[in-house]
Amino acid sequence: MRYAMAIDTKKCVGCSDCVVACQTENNVPIGYCRDWVVEVTDGTYPQLELENRSERCNQCNNSPCVRCCPTGASHYSDGGIVLVTPHKCIGCGACIASCPYDARYSHPEGYVDKCTFCIHRIKKGLEPACVAACPTKCMYFGDLDNPKSPVSEILKVRKYKTLIPEAGTDPQLYFLI
Amino acid sequence: MIDPHLHIWHWQIPLYLFLGGLAAGILFFAAYFTIVGKGDKYRAAVKIAPHLVPWILIIGLVALLLDLKHQLYFWRLYTTIRLESPMSWGAWVLMLVTPLSFIWSAIHIQEIYPRWNWKFKFLRDLEAFFRKQKMAIAWVMGISSIILGVYTGILFSAFNARPLWNTSILGPLFLASGLSAGAAVIMLISKKHKERVMFAKIDIGIIVVELFLIVHMFMGFLASTQVQIDAANLFLGGPWTAPFWIFVVILGMVVPIILEALELRKFKIPVVIPASLVLFGSLMLRFLIAYAGQESRWLY
Amino acid sequence: MAVSASALGVYKKLVHSPPQGSELSLDTTRTPTYCEICFWKCAGWVYKNEEGKIWKVIGNDEDQHSNGRFCPRGTGGPGMYYDEDRLKTPLIRTKERGRQVFREASWDEALDYIAEKMLGIAEEHGPECTALLTHGSGGTYFGDLLKAFGSGSIAAPSYAQCRGPREVAYQTTFGEGVGSPERIDIRDTKCLVLIGAHLGENMHNGQVQEMSDAIDKGASIITVDPRFSIAASKSKYWLPIKPATDLALLLSWIHVIIYEEWYDKAYVEKYTYGFEQLKAHVRNMTPEWAYGITTLEPDLIRKSAKEMADAAPAVIVNPGRHVTWYGDDTQRSRAMAMINALLGSWGNRGGFYNPERVNVPSWPHPPFPEPKKTWKDAYPDKYKLAFETLASGICDATIPAISEACNFKAWIVNGTNLFKTIPDAEKVKEAIQNLELLVVIDTMPMAITGWADVVLPECTYLERYDTIRDSPHRKPAIALRMPAAEPMYNTKPAYWMAKELANRMGLGEYFSWNNIEEMLDWQLKQLGTSLEEMQRIGVKTFERSYDDLYFQKGQEMEFYTNTGKIELYSTALAAEGFDPIPRYTAHEEPPPGYFRLNYGRAPSHTFGRTANNALLKDLMEENTAWINPKVASEWGIKNGQYIWLENQDGVRSSFPIQARVTERIRWDSVYMVHGFGHTNKSLSRAYGKGASDSELITKVLLDPIMGGTGMRGNFVTFKFESKEEEVES
Repeated sequence: MRYAMAIDTKKCVGCSDCVVACQTENNVPIGYCRDWVVEVTDGTYPQLELENRSERCNQCNNSPCVRCCPTGASHYSDGGIVLVTPHKCIGCGACIASCPYDARYSHPEGYVDKCTFCIHRIKKGLEPACVAACPTKCMYFGDLDNPKSPVSEILKVRKYKTLIPEAGTDPQLYFLI
Repeated sequence: MIDPHLHIWHWQIPLYLFLGGLAAGILFFAAYFTIVGKGDKYRAAVKIAPHLVPWILIIGLVALLLDLKHQLYFWRLYTTIRLESPMSWGAWVLMLVTPLSFIWSAIHIQEIYPRWNWKFKFLRDLEAFFRKQKMAIAWVMGISSIILGVYTGILFSAFNARPLWNTSILGPLFLASGLSAGAAVIMLISKKHKERVMFAKIDIGIIVVELFLIVHMFMGFLASTQVQIDAANLFLGGPWTAPFWIFVVILGMVVPIILEALELRKFKIPVVIPASLVLFGSLMLRFLIAYAGQESRWLY
Repeated sequence: MAVSASALGVYKKLVHSPPQGSELSLDTTRTPTYCEICFWKCAGWVYKNEEGKIWKVIGNDEDQHSNGRFCPRGTGGPGMYYDEDRLKTPLIRTKERGRQVFREASWDEALDYIAEKMLGIAEEHGPECTALLTHGSGGTYFGDLLKAFGSGSIAAPSYAQCRGPREVAYQTTFGEGVGSPERIDIRDTKCLVLIGAHLGENMHNGQVQEMSDAIDKGASIITVDPRFSIAASKSKYWLPIKPATDLALLLSWIHVIIYEEWYDKAYVEKYTYGFEQLKAHVRNMTPEWAYGITTLEPDLIRKSAKEMADAAPAVIVNPGRHVTWYGDDTQRSRAMAMINALLGSWGNRGGFYNPERVNVPSWPHPPFPEPKKTWKDAYPDKYKLAFETLASGICDATIPAISEACNFKAWIVNGTNLFKTIPDAEKVKEAIQNLELLVVIDTMPMAITGWADVVLPECTYLERYDTIRDSPHRKPAIALRMPAAEPMYNTKPAYWMAKELANRMGLGEYFSWNNIEEMLDWQLKQLGTSLEEMQRIGVKTFERSYDDLYFQKGQEMEFYTNTGKIELYSTALAAEGFDPIPRYTAHEEPPPGYFRLNYGRAPSHTFGRTANNALLKDLMEENTAWINPKVASEWGIKNGQYIWLENQDGVRSSFPIQARVTERIRWDSVYMVHGFGHTNKSLSRAYGKGASDSELITKVLLDPIMGGTGMRGNFVTFKFESKEEEVES
């Protein structure tokens, strides 16, 4: 079982619904976010291109954040999802520094927090909150080991890229281009 | 609006790294000169300076604890050994080095307090036991102090997400810096001219190695990818250029070499000047690498 | 025992994780509602957590507006509920208007005050001199109150300040307005044309969703915008038009479509009137002619026209929504309507469908008295074609100098901050100073509340019942709003306020229901359902009972126009002395050193309503001024630098605004998102953040046809200190 997410940059309008939906679903404190929207513009007026990306933890297969954690609080869970066990976390910040995507943040209560692919929802057969909320339906989620899952199906028919593949982390967030 | 710079580590971490490096340097020299049997010749190195180390380590550990955001859970560090995590290495090495430094301090306590009296019999027996094991302790202390000195650099270089830290030169550089700081302290407190001369020579040698490492570090960055070039440019025209070259290289390395070389040529230089410059440079090196590193990131 | 209990507490803290989203049950109670963050009114579910507190809001899958997915503002709804800066208790003004000095009052005191004043005004001037300006769901109840009182002057700012010109344009062309939500069939279109509409930043939920569906199906998008909007980034053709020249482009498109014979001949033959006049009118309006005016390459104009024609009839020239730009907006909307007519998209799949709404019966009440005069009496020969009330018209008619026939003496303002709505703030202030009574009903303290005589705090939509939503759509449907929580502080719902006022004003028989549940249940039972059922399902969709969703091929159609046909040549406009076919007129251009002020929306905010919402402020804390890099380097402005904007009338923004230096904006314009720069200090998160475009809109370009207030005729320059600092130095 390998959970992954694919996001269609052609349909994403950068509205940030995914950010608010995650915030309410997971009680993310105000001022912090588990996911965010990046807007990249290229060119000079009027030859311009724009790409919107909804980014979050890439739940990497080869996570530096799991490797560098001194207490084992950062660990792999079902389907390759990377989780943090709050009562094992000492708040040293090593994982925050080790993530090339800057996906983690220091929760005001002391432990380190990040996107969990809404594992509590997946266990009940639901999609992550961001995927369920997205008005353009540009987000696809599922098990890569299941050829019929939404993410497997879409990756078969579309070109895609991952972010900073040269960092060697083997990220599981795919951007359809 | 998201801030692209990392802001997780502040003054506590560079302070600890400096103190850890300094402790490593002092303990290494204490161990080395004990092992080669020059314990009495280099009295300050082996028997006096190490008394500072327990306090240095305590201050460093307090700084570390203050940096943690989930402080009540710090003991989790010692529930597991994670071989892939340099921070875990550091936690356990400290767990080893700190008691060793206390022991070393204890068996040499008469050097600074000649009338010290271990009141209880079991303490006296313990001290005698450790005194007999001095050579073994010296070996363990020597090796673990090298690990302590190196791991602070490896800690950073393991975070390849921060391009400025992504160089294997950082480990040896921090070790060299720690040894240099240790040598400077020994030079400062030693009362014997021969010892001061010895450590001046050692310090010069180490600083030359440091400069060599720094040059190669920059060469490595500039020959690498765009993110590394941008990271290097933080010190080559970017916001951290002046502090780095002035505080770390010139004041912390070049000037001390000149002063110590002059001292060797029998010019009278108050030893406190080069020693404190070296210490200052070592501290600034940690600060700058820590802060500048948090500003470097992958571009995408 | 205390010691060990606390020790136990410490132990639990060390070993167990704090409750997070992961441990909260997903089967908690949910209640239906429809969102009030904007006017789209998406239906959804409010979920509460284990402690019974409002947790999150998500969409109702059965709802045609949202299809189960809320937009970011709807998802951020809980932020409105938890906002500690909310109005908490009724307030009565103690010092002069605008000074924001109030004392707290009880509901009885506040309502008595209002009733007494209203009755007094009715006696002295007549009940017709009271008006309601509303942009909130509760407006219906206050509207009923005023109608029962004898006034017909009920206005939504969304008419003359927003969609009014296009309603009149479509009414004179097709005999029907566009409506709300707009009747555009985006999900089946093959070509979507956006003229200054910025879907994607403009978050009309259903429309953005359908645009995404259309992209999936391979539809092309054509965007006409001086700014590289999100929609432009997804467009096959982006036309970076010079601002204020859209009519030239539209007329040249019509020229190409007619002279290349790309129009739908059968449709035009059967359903339209005035084709030959139109053809003659646009004979010389070639793309080359348009190029000289719009700076758009003739080739691009032709290619985009071909794209539209190829897609016909599944093509939509989107009527847009906020179309009050330059004063000739009805004519510009007419041109857009005409292209739709030529391509045969009106009434066809992928074009414009025929919406249907549920007719929700009103609770029985005595007939409303006929007002002896209305706002229109203030403008004897004007705006005959405006079928809704002009909010700005009421505003103007409150100032004695402007009109003698009808002077309003009392306003009830519900859920709209007039200072960010009606342009020319000084005129609004002048009007208010002439009122004998200003009542403001709102959930948040806004600039308008500072001018009120009485402020009535409404509870948020999450805490109340409201009218049954009966918005038109492809299938007629209704949605229920019910409270998920008790009103916080001392707030009350609008229906309660209206009923209490009615009782005090002797109009109780118009509100004869005992409680709101009784009224809603009665209405729902008339429709074949019940309050209990709606509380369970939230949304009920019915089958269409009138005509079909689309025209049948070759169907005989009669349109509600003078000729019974789609009027390319408008007889109604001609009768009033306006151009029956639009003509291009050049508009004023910015003087040297000035830039046209363009404004728009952000998907994370609704006008100024959400600026203090903690969840949404997190997404976008303040607006920025978009400046082209060439301009920025000329002026020495760096990205992120705070500057002040000053307009052609010397009005400088009260607060500085952050410069965003980007290639996405044309060099002759500056763009900012509307709704920031709040002046009410009680808004702890919104006060002083960003700048207000509304205060810079002092020149109003009035549309002579229906009174729309064009707001894009203002130009700004850059200043580097505030007005106070400049005066000091």
